[in-house]
Amino acid sequence: MEIISEWGTVLLVLAILFGAYMTWGIGANDVANAMGTSVGSGAITVKQAILIAAIFEFAGAFIAGGNVTKTIRKGIIDPAPLVHNPELLIYGMLAALLAAAIWLMIASARGWPVSTTHSIVGALVGFAVAGIGMDAVNWGKIGQVVASWVVSPVLGGLIALLLMVSIRKLIFDTDNPFHKAKAWGPVYVFLVGWIVSLVTLFKGLHHLHLALSTGESFAVATAIGLVVAFIGKAMIARVQVDEQADRDFHFASVEKVFTPMMVFTACAMAFAHGSNDVANGIGPLAAIVSIIQSGGEVAQKSALPLWILVLGGAGIVVGLATLGYRVMQTIGHKITELTPTRGYCATLAAATTVVLASKTGLPVSTTHIAVGAVIGVGLARGVGALDGRVIGNIVVSWLVTLPAGGILAAVFFFMLKGIFG
Amino acid sequence: MKTTNPIAALFGHSPFKPVQQHMHLVLDCVSEVPRLFDALIAGDEAALTQAKEAIFAKEQTADDLENQLRVHLPRGLFMAVDRRDLLELLEMQDSMADTAQDIAGLLLERRMEVEADMAEPLREFVARCVETARQAGGIVDELDELLETGFRGREASRVEEMANALNQIEDETDRLGMNLARQLFANEDRMKPVSVMFWYQIFQWIGDIADYAEKVGDRLRLMIAR
Repeated sequence: MEIISEWGTVLLVLAILFGAYMTWGIGANDVANAMGTSVGSGAITVKQAILIAAIFEFAGAFIAGGNVTKTIRKGIIDPAPLVHNPELLIYGMLAALLAAAIWLMIASARGWPVSTTHSIVGALVGFAVAGIGMDAVNWGKIGQVVASWVVSPVLGGLIALLLMVSIRKLIFDTDNPFHKAKAWGPVYVFLVGWIVSLVTLFKGLHHLHLALSTGESFAVATAIGLVVAFIGKAMIARVQVDEQADRDFHFASVEKVFTPMMVFTACAMAFAHGSNDVANGIGPLAAIVSIIQSGGEVAQKSALPLWILVLGGAGIVVGLATLGYRVMQTIGHKITELTPTRGYCATLAAATTVVLASKTGLPVSTTHIAVGAVIGVGLARGVGALDGRVIGNIVVSWLVTLPAGGILAAVFFFMLKGIFG
Repeated sequence: MKTTNPIAALFGHSPFKPVQQHMHLVLDCVSEVPRLFDALIAGDEAALTQAKEAIFAKEQTADDLENQLRVHLPRGLFMAVDRRDLLELLEMQDSMADTAQDIAGLLLERRMEVEADMAEPLREFVARCVETARQAGGIVDELDELLETGFRGREASRVEEMANALNQIEDETDRLGMNLARQLFANEDRMKPVSVMFWYQIFQWIGDIADYAEKVGDRLRLMIAR
């Protein structure tokens, strides 16, 4: 306890610094993956993507980031073995943050695809097992989390496939696809607003002290969906048939109708990404703040302070505005295979899955889910060719990131323990 | 800061556009064949050589594109259509250009003389076979629409109808070819025996262009059936 009263401020400052650095890294790095399908389909420019991401990542982090932050903060580490040595938890959380942030830096510099979620979870398990013991980890929760890592890309793929099939049946396989697209377009836009709102607001937001019954959740979600649909309808109404392009590719004008719709899915994806990944940076920070402010209580009973959420959101925005721009250039070239209809399906499916995971407090990899969603579209025979080797890369990143994060965190943990006692 | 973006890396080189481009090149090549025979019938040496050069050059361009396409089809790619079906389609397309090349080559190596009563039927035969090739080209052009609709529904039915029409035109070319052969055999006593043999070969080759075109249609039927 003396360590906390003696070094409390220093540790707090370190925690804020590391946490901010981590969220900055998340913004710079991860955002490209989240916005990749939207930019790649040519529906929005990189500049527009940055603007959308700035607004909606922050919104997602602040409004919907609470549950996953709770999991990272107190769901993974079992506080019972640490009751008499709360400073160990502080060292551990600091170590995890530092390890994940440094791994992120190394992998990005080398051009390896990295999941910030896997990094932080691997780091937390690493320091806990190495520094304290096997019983320091809540293995039941870890089991749930790992299961979600396997299930979520599959779910994303499934939803994308269903969306793709519905668009084919309702729009493409008809007498007048263009008119059908204009008629059904607003409904699909409604879907974007409705699903994201419903999942996020269902039964209220605990950390924002917003209580909503099931019925109220549906009502608010429907209202938001309708507003969004109205805006969408106005944007779609402006789309004209392009006869020249249609002669070359019969469905060119239909794709043009879906282009403004992708703006909405881009917003949804940014929101979803912010809601799930902000926790990777501020979860450990929240744990440290709680221990220091309570003078050594590890049980983490206090509510999540809002300033931490704001810090997390701001960190992501700064990250994507500074370095994210350059990173997004790597997907800047238009992926011709990714037409707006397919981009819409993949992005909405991914956003829905991530937001669902955020609601249930499960930290997932937005990148892997996005890949799963695109593969889902491919399975509906909607993509010319998908490179299966990417899946291999993802599996490898699992095998490398988890132990790398764990080992780095263990090393830093012992270093900090040595420095501060 | 170098980053591999998994989303960008996920998309492999789509084979559809290159296959359509290849078909356009093949059609370019095959379209020179009527010109070849016009020059032969008119007895215009210069025009004949020109047409032959054009065919050879275009066939080479098509081959280059085909090789490039094969290089970009690694085993790790998941495609909307079976890799083998696509490669066979490419082969059929290539065979059309190769056959045109064979015809042009022979016409220049050996002085072939057209009998007066065979000129018109020959012209018609060649025209019809090239028409078959063009119809096949129209079907290949529908590949990107088929992809958009998942190889099902109205678009698939439309392509099937086009394939049926293609079959009918090819049947016609069979008839025209047989009529031409009949005329050849009616004339055989008048003509040099070796010439008769090579004329028969040329008729085979011209008919082959239409046959391969029909096979192109069949390949696309297979892709839809899947």
